Amino acid sequence: MAIAVRRVTKRFDDFVAIDNVSLAIAGGSLTALLGPSGSGKSTLLRIIAGLETPDEGDVAISGDDATTLPPQERGVGFVFQHYAAFKHMNVHDNVGFGLKIRKRPKAEIRAKVDELLELVQLDGLAERYPSQLSGGQRQRMALARALAVEPRVLLLDEPFGALDARVRKELRAWLRRLHEEVHVTTVLVTHDQEEAMEVADRVVVMNNGRVEQTGKPRDLYEHPANDFVMSFVGPVNRFGEAYVRPHDLELRLEQNGATSEGTIERVVHLGFEVRVELLLGDGRRALAQVTRDEAERLELVEGQHVHVRPKRTTVFAEGESETETANV
Amino acid sequence: MSARLALRSAALGYLLLLVGVPVVLVFYRTFEDGLAPVVDTLTDPGFLHALWLSVIITLIAVPANTVFGILAAMVLVRDRVPGKRILNVLIDLPFALSPVVVGLALVLVYSRAGWFGEWFEANGIRVIFAVPGMVLATIFVSLPFVVREVVPVLREVGQEQEEAAWTLGASSFATFWRVTLPAIRWGVTYGVVLTTARCLGEFGAVSVVSGRIEGRTETLTLHVQNSFENFDRVGAYTASVVLALLAVLTLLAMNLFRRKEPTHGDRRPAGH
Amino acid sequence: MAARPETLRLPRATGVSGRWFARGFTAGYLGLIVLIPIAAVIWRSADEGLSGFWDAVSNPASVATLKLTFLVSLAVVLVNVVFGTLIAWVLVRDDFRGKSFVNSLIDLPFALPTIVAGLTLLALYGPSSPIGVNVAYTRVAILLALLFVTLPFVVRSVQPVLLELDREMEEAAASLGARPFAIFRHIVLPSLSPAIISGSALGFARAIGEFGSVVLISGNIPFKTEVASVNIFNRIQSDDPTSAAAMSVVLLVISFLTLFLLDALGRWRTRHER
Repeated sequence: MAIAVRRVTKRFDDFVAIDNVSLAIAGGSLTALLGPSGSGKSTLLRIIAGLETPDEGDVAISGDDATTLPPQERGVGFVFQHYAAFKHMNVHDNVGFGLKIRKRPKAEIRAKVDELLELVQLDGLAERYPSQLSGGQRQRMALARALAVEPRVLLLDEPFGALDARVRKELRAWLRRLHEEVHVTTVLVTHDQEEAMEVADRVVVMNNGRVEQTGKPRDLYEHPANDFVMSFVGPVNRFGEAYVRPHDLELRLEQNGATSEGTIERVVHLGFEVRVELLLGDGRRALAQVTRDEAERLELVEGQHVHVRPKRTTVFAEGESETETANV
Repeated sequence: MSARLALRSAALGYLLLLVGVPVVLVFYRTFEDGLAPVVDTLTDPGFLHALWLSVIITLIAVPANTVFGILAAMVLVRDRVPGKRILNVLIDLPFALSPVVVGLALVLVYSRAGWFGEWFEANGIRVIFAVPGMVLATIFVSLPFVVREVVPVLREVGQEQEEAAWTLGASSFATFWRVTLPAIRWGVTYGVVLTTARCLGEFGAVSVVSGRIEGRTETLTLHVQNSFENFDRVGAYTASVVLALLAVLTLLAMNLFRRKEPTHGDRRPAGH
Repeated sequence: MAARPETLRLPRATGVSGRWFARGFTAGYLGLIVLIPIAAVIWRSADEGLSGFWDAVSNPASVATLKLTFLVSLAVVLVNVVFGTLIAWVLVRDDFRGKSFVNSLIDLPFALPTIVAGLTLLALYGPSSPIGVNVAYTRVAILLALLFVTLPFVVRSVQPVLLELDREMEEAAASLGARPFAIFRHIVLPSLSPAIISGSALGFARAIGEFGSVVLISGNIPFKTEVASVNIFNRIQSDDPTSAAAMSVVLLVISFLTLFLLDALGRWRTRHER
C-alpha cells in the first residue's frame, strides 16, 4: 500500500475534524477525497503530508511509518489551492527549489527543470515570475515543482478551486493525462463531485470527519452506501424513504402503470440532456432528466400534465441499501 | 469650492506655522553668520566625537532590534503561545513610555547601587555613565519598530509558501532563510529605516544614563543641548542641521520603501 | 484507542527547534531589555512604603507638575483631533501642487530628534524671534512643543481609513439630500472615530512623557512650566531615585492604560469590520 492511514483522529479544540478514519491507497492510483466543506478531507490530506499531526492513529507511506516524520522527510509532493508560489523567485527557481535544497549541481537542476516545464507545458516561461503567470499556469508550475523532487506520493489540496470554470475543466483533463504519463500515487481533495468522478480511479466520500464510502466512481454512483453518498455524488429525488435519480424518472403521457402525476414547471435544454422540473400532485417538486430525443418525442412543454414512473428506486435502511428496478 | 479652499488654507497654515517656518528658520540661523563658524563646529573634536558616538550606538542597536524584531514577529504571527497580549504590550511599551523613565529604569538596574550593579562592578564593566548604558537605552526606545512593520507583512504573506518549502525538503532554517525572509524584506527594510531614525534622534533616555560627559558620553543630540546651554548658538544650530538632514534622509528612505511594502498595517509612529 | 506516545511528543510536525529558539530569544530579549528595568522602577517606587509613595506624588510640586502635564496633554489631544483630521482630510480628498511634499512633511516630527524640535520652535517663538513672538518659558511653549511632536499621530491614523472609505455611502447620502457638513458628521466621522481615538490615545501617551522638545523651551519653572518628565529628571539628578520612581509609576500606569485601551479598541475594530 502506498499510503496507509490507520484509525486517525484529529481535533481542533472541541471540534473533531477527523473521527477514527482508516484508509488504504494503492500505489500508482489516483484517489479523490470528496466531501463538503468541513468534512475533514483537507485535514486528512495535510496529516498525510505531515503539515498536521494526528491526535490518535498513524500514517504509513510506502510501508514506512511516517506519523512522527516532518514533511521534509516524507517524500510527499504537495500542491496548494492558492499555488503557494515563491513570489520572489522566477519559475525556474521555483521548480528547482527542492533540488537546490538537495544541493544538486546547477546543470542538473537546469536540465530537470526544463524537462518538467515541457511536461507541464510551461516551456519558455522559466524566467518569468509567478505574478506574470495566469492562475492555471501558476498551478502547473506548482505541480512541476512538486514533481521535481520525485515524490513517492503527490497530494493536491483543491488544486483547481481558485481557477475559473473553463480552466478548471481543462486542467482536470490535463491532470488525468499527466497521471497516466507519470504514474505517481496521487491523492486529490475536492468538493466537486464531477471532478472526482471524472478524474479519479477511486473516490473516498467523507462527511463530518468520517468516511462514508470508498470505491470506484461508478460503484459509488450505482451502489451508494447511504443517502448522504447518493445525494452528494449526483442529483437525486427523494420520495419519502425512496431515492430516485432524475434519469430514472420516466415521463409518460398516459397513466399506464405510473405511480404519480404532475405538471411540468420548467423545461431546461442543456444541449444533449433536458432537465424537466415537475410539480407533483401531492405538492412536492421533482427533477427528471431525459434525452433531447425523448423530450422531442413527448413534446414536453411548460404546463403540460405528465405521468411519472420511477424506473429504479433505492432505499436505505440501517446500514444496508436496497435498489429496486421497476418492471416495464 | 470656497469650503475646500478654506480647509486647505487652514491645514497648510497650521503646518506652516508649526513645522515649515521653524525648520527653515533653523537652516537660516545656522548660516546667518557665514560658513566659517559652521565649519568650525563641524571640525570641533567634541562635535565629531558626538557624531561618531551616535553612529556607533546606532550601528549596535539597529541590528540587535532587527534580529529581535523578525523573531518576535514570527512568534506573534506563526506561533501558538499563550500571553500574546502581554507580549504585545511589552513590545509597544517603548512607544508610550517617557524616555526619562526609561533612563531611570536602567539606572536602577545597572548603576553601582542597582540590581545588577555588583556583578558589573566586580567584572569591571561600567554601564551607567558609559556607552553600554547608552546602547541599552537606545535599544529600549527603538525596540518596537521592526516588529510592528514586519507583523502585518508576515500575516499577509501567509504560511503556505513555508509549508510548500517544507514539503519540498527544506529544513526550518532553510525555509526561513530562503522563503520567509525574502517575502518580508520590505517590511524589514522599512522597520530598519524607522529604527535608525529613532536611534540617531534619541535624547531623553541617554540624557539620564550618560552623565553627559563631553568627549566621552555625548551623543549628537546631547551635544545640541550642551552647545545651547554653553551659549554656543551656532554650534547648537549646526548640530541640529546635521540631525535635521539625517531626518530628511530618513523621510526620503521612508517614502521610497513605503511604496514597496505590500501592506502597511497598523503603523505606530516614532518616538522621542 | 489510546494515543501513541510518539504522536503526543511533537506539537507540530515541523520547525520545532526553530520555534523554541524564537520563543526563547524573544522572551529573553524582552525580559532583559524591557521587563527587568520596568520592574526595577516599580520596585523602587515602593522603597519607602505606600506612605512614601503617596508623599512623593501628592506633595504640592508633584501635584502641580502632574496637573500641568495632564491638562496640556489633553489640550494637545483636542487640537490634534481637529487639526489632525483636517490635515488628513485635505491630504486625501484635496489635490494641489506640492501635496506629496506636504504629505512627507507630516513625518518630520517622527524623524526629527526632540531636542532639535525644541530648538527649532525656540528659533521662531523664543527670545530671538524674527516675528517678535516670544512665548519661551510659558505654558504656551509647552503646548507648541507637544503639538509639534504629536502632529503625525492622528493624521497618520486617519489617513488610511479615509483612503479606504467607500465613497458610495457619501454619494448615497448626498442623493438623499444631505449637505456636505451633514454627510461629514453622520457618515464620515463615525467611520473615522476609531482611528481618531487611537491616534489621540497614542498622542496623549506621547505627550505626557515628552522630554526633549520641552526641556529647552519651557524653562522648567517649578509650579509653572515643569512637566512630569522634567520633574523626574531633576529628582534623578538630585539623587532621589525613590521619588523619581514614584512619579514614574504614575506615568507608567497611564502608559499601560493607554496601551490596553488601544488593544481593546483594536479588537473591537476587527470584530466589527464588515
